[in-house]
Amino acid sequence: MAPLLALRDLHARYGQVRALHGVSLEVEEGQIVALLGANGAGKTTTLRAVSGVVRREGTVTYAGKALTREGPEQVARLGIAHVPEGRGTFSELTVWENLRLGAITRRGSIDADLQRVLTFFPWLEKRKSQQAGTLSGGEQQMLAIARAMMQRPRMLLIDEPSLGLAPLVVAEIFRILRDLNENEGTTVLLVEQNARNSLAVSHHAYVLETGRVAYSGTSDELAQNEAIRRSYLGY
Amino acid sequence: MPASLRQWIVPALLAAFVVFLLVGSFQSALFAQQTVSGLANGGIYASLGVALVLIYRATQVINFAQGAIATFTTYVAWQIMQWGLGYWGAFVLTLCIAFVGGIAIELIAVRPVERRGNVLTVVIASIGVLIAVEGAVGWIWGPEIRFMPSAFPVRTYHVGSVAFSLQDLGTIGVSIASVIVLWALFQFTKLGLAMRAAAFRPDAARLVGVRVSWMLSLGWGLAAVLGAVAGMMAAASPSVLLQPNMMDGVLIYAFAAAVLGGLESPAGAVIGGLAIGAMLNLLSSYVSWVTPQLLLPAAFVVMLVVLLVKPSGLFGRSRVRRV
Amino acid sequence: MKQHGLKQHWFEGVVIAIAAVVIAVMPFLLSNYNRSQGATVAVYVIAILGLNVVTGYTGQISIGHGAFMAIGGYTTAILTHDHGWSDIATLPVALVIGFGAGVVVGLPALRFHGAYLALLTFALALAVPQLAKNYSHFTGGTEGLALPTHTGWWLYGVGWSCAAVIYVLTWFLLRGRTGRAFRAVRDSEIAAASSGIGLALHKTLAFGVSAAFAAVAGSIYVLINNFVNPDVFGLTLSLYILIGAVVGGLGSLWGVVIGAAFIQLLPIGLTSSSAVSSEAVPVVFGAIVIVVMALLPQGSAVIVGGLAGLPNRIRRRHSQYPPPRTEAR
Repeated sequence: MAPLLALRDLHARYGQVRALHGVSLEVEEGQIVALLGANGAGKTTTLRAVSGVVRREGTVTYAGKALTREGPEQVARLGIAHVPEGRGTFSELTVWENLRLGAITRRGSIDADLQRVLTFFPWLEKRKSQQAGTLSGGEQQMLAIARAMMQRPRMLLIDEPSLGLAPLVVAEIFRILRDLNENEGTTVLLVEQNARNSLAVSHHAYVLETGRVAYSGTSDELAQNEAIRRSYLGY
Repeated sequence: MPASLRQWIVPALLAAFVVFLLVGSFQSALFAQQTVSGLANGGIYASLGVALVLIYRATQVINFAQGAIATFTTYVAWQIMQWGLGYWGAFVLTLCIAFVGGIAIELIAVRPVERRGNVLTVVIASIGVLIAVEGAVGWIWGPEIRFMPSAFPVRTYHVGSVAFSLQDLGTIGVSIASVIVLWALFQFTKLGLAMRAAAFRPDAARLVGVRVSWMLSLGWGLAAVLGAVAGMMAAASPSVLLQPNMMDGVLIYAFAAAVLGGLESPAGAVIGGLAIGAMLNLLSSYVSWVTPQLLLPAAFVVMLVVLLVKPSGLFGRSRVRRV
Repeated sequence: MKQHGLKQHWFEGVVIAIAAVVIAVMPFLLSNYNRSQGATVAVYVIAILGLNVVTGYTGQISIGHGAFMAIGGYTTAILTHDHGWSDIATLPVALVIGFGAGVVVGLPALRFHGAYLALLTFALALAVPQLAKNYSHFTGGTEGLALPTHTGWWLYGVGWSCAAVIYVLTWFLLRGRTGRAFRAVRDSEIAAASSGIGLALHKTLAFGVSAAFAAVAGSIYVLINNFVNPDVFGLTLSLYILIGAVVGGLGSLWGVVIGAAFIQLLPIGLTSSSAVSSEAVPVVFGAIVIVVMALLPQGSAVIVGGLAGLPNRIRRRHSQYPPPRTEAR
């Protein structure tokens, strides 16, 4: 079966600085794929290239169609939800407004989606009028995921969800990601520096190094292969 | 002074001012009348001030052409009335034209410049729009002073010994109503939510699918609508006449209102506008050496003092400069 | 920091020499009326130089330079009209008073940035004429003051001599340590402050110098028009000076004359060519400003400075050594 998302020879740059030098990877529908690597390896840039936030060359194929010059607004409408680094929370708006923004491109009633989101994050109900910027880091991350869920995405791009969060909260978030994937069938492309947790929850993994794919394999293989783990992931 | 006390200074000053106005109004009929006239002017400044805040909040750009656009739409209203349409019909039609015009200006004059340059170039472009639009008014309608019919028949209401003109009350009402309608649009509609998201966090807004540049154009359109309201009220008032540069002074008072309220707060601009309107009118009535020509410098002084003492204005958030 | 000496800049020198010759020869070819027009261009050159110092080189937006011109203009008018001074003698006085006014404005301006400063200076441009109207005892109020006339030759000569002197002064100022400090402040205040550059001193100095030049420009302007009233220095003048500076190119001295010529000659050119009626001139003018901002935000200096620097760039491409630091342009 053709992969849901396929990147072939993807290049991207910020002004004159090249960040990606020909990245190729595939994400099968229904999988969680982890994109690992050190700081500056190009993981965030890869997600941005898919969303169309950054200028790219190379092929991006989504659901059989090639993406050419779509910007983030159009990509969102194709069923790709992008939770950026730093959560992208609308701090000045309320929790409820953040959720409604997730579904802003959808017509019709969003009540069913709100209910669904509340089953995952029941605490959101109580906090709905609270200003989103006053939530804790972990809560904002969960709000960001909830907002992405409101989009009813086919595919979720999520960038460093564990950043700055306590281990217990991180575990919770990864549990939610797995839940989303198994129960809702959402495909996930997960960018992370926290390799251990990512490998535990994902099916397949790529390791990026200075803008190129240095390693690709199933998460189990990578988790068990000490030599590879040590040289690419440092543990 | 501890910070917890300091945050009450501004609300306290405001409350003191309101008390002053109330007490004075009960003491003296003249005071009450001048306060209401001042508030009527203030309503005009508030409308234009909110328009400025709208655009500044979303783009960090000061639209120096806001007054000129308001002038143009007011002349359009006058023209429509000359062709026979009644006042309120012309009013509504003008608002629609203003909306489209505001969007058009953003698309033609702002967007092409924004792409290439920085904030300064957009400011210069807005000055170009100011010159072009004010020039267009002079070109199409000529420099003569014209008479703008008022929305409200000439009537006075008496409360005790105090006489309030319907014109003043109506101006206050229309200004406040238009701001409230706009506020409701932003708070309660899907489109309003998208516009707020685009103004606060354009990058994150794009990721959820909001068409940020389109929201910006709509913002300019709405700002033009508010400007049209301000212009039409202003042209009918006794202190401003329908002439090509009529909104130049009003623009300064609107700036002062926006600065007083905090450049990013619409509510602040409303309160700032009303306060400045009332204050300036009372000053010119009661302080003998304050002539009409000194009112503009007075507004300048208000702006200066606010920016020196509390740059974020009454309701703005203090910005910390990141090193 | 000239490493290669004057030899490197010979072509720029040639361009300047040609311009100087053209300016010197012009009045012989023009009618008396056009000579005063030419003098007005000189006025704008001086004002734009001033604006360039504070906005282009030090990064402080000032939309209200008409206010400083008004100060200079009224100084000259009052001194000649009421106290019988000779015209030329009033120019240095205007310079000094203008400097003082600039410092007075510059001090509070230290606290404001970008948008706020733009707002305040815009308001200043409108407020100062109102003050002139109000204190009519000194200023002759709305009717203003009338002054003796001068020949076109005299005006042209005085105007362009002052312009030349101020141009050279500005060039020296911007070339030296002060100029570098200005540019450092413009590019990054925090970096400048951490390098030990006195922010307050330099920002205020920039305003002072800038206002001083504008005041002299205002004085000469009044002499050309032989009268002064509040409307002469209204909002329009301030805006046109800003546009002249931007079209010429902020942060560069090359385009100043072009900017000045633009704001003086374009409106006249449009009307006299009958292409555009005189009422429509502002519309076309405003439209041109927008187009220039969209296509060439850095102004014509990019073109002129680029052309003048061409031989150097050609030489640099062939040289083995790294190119020298560019001087104030």
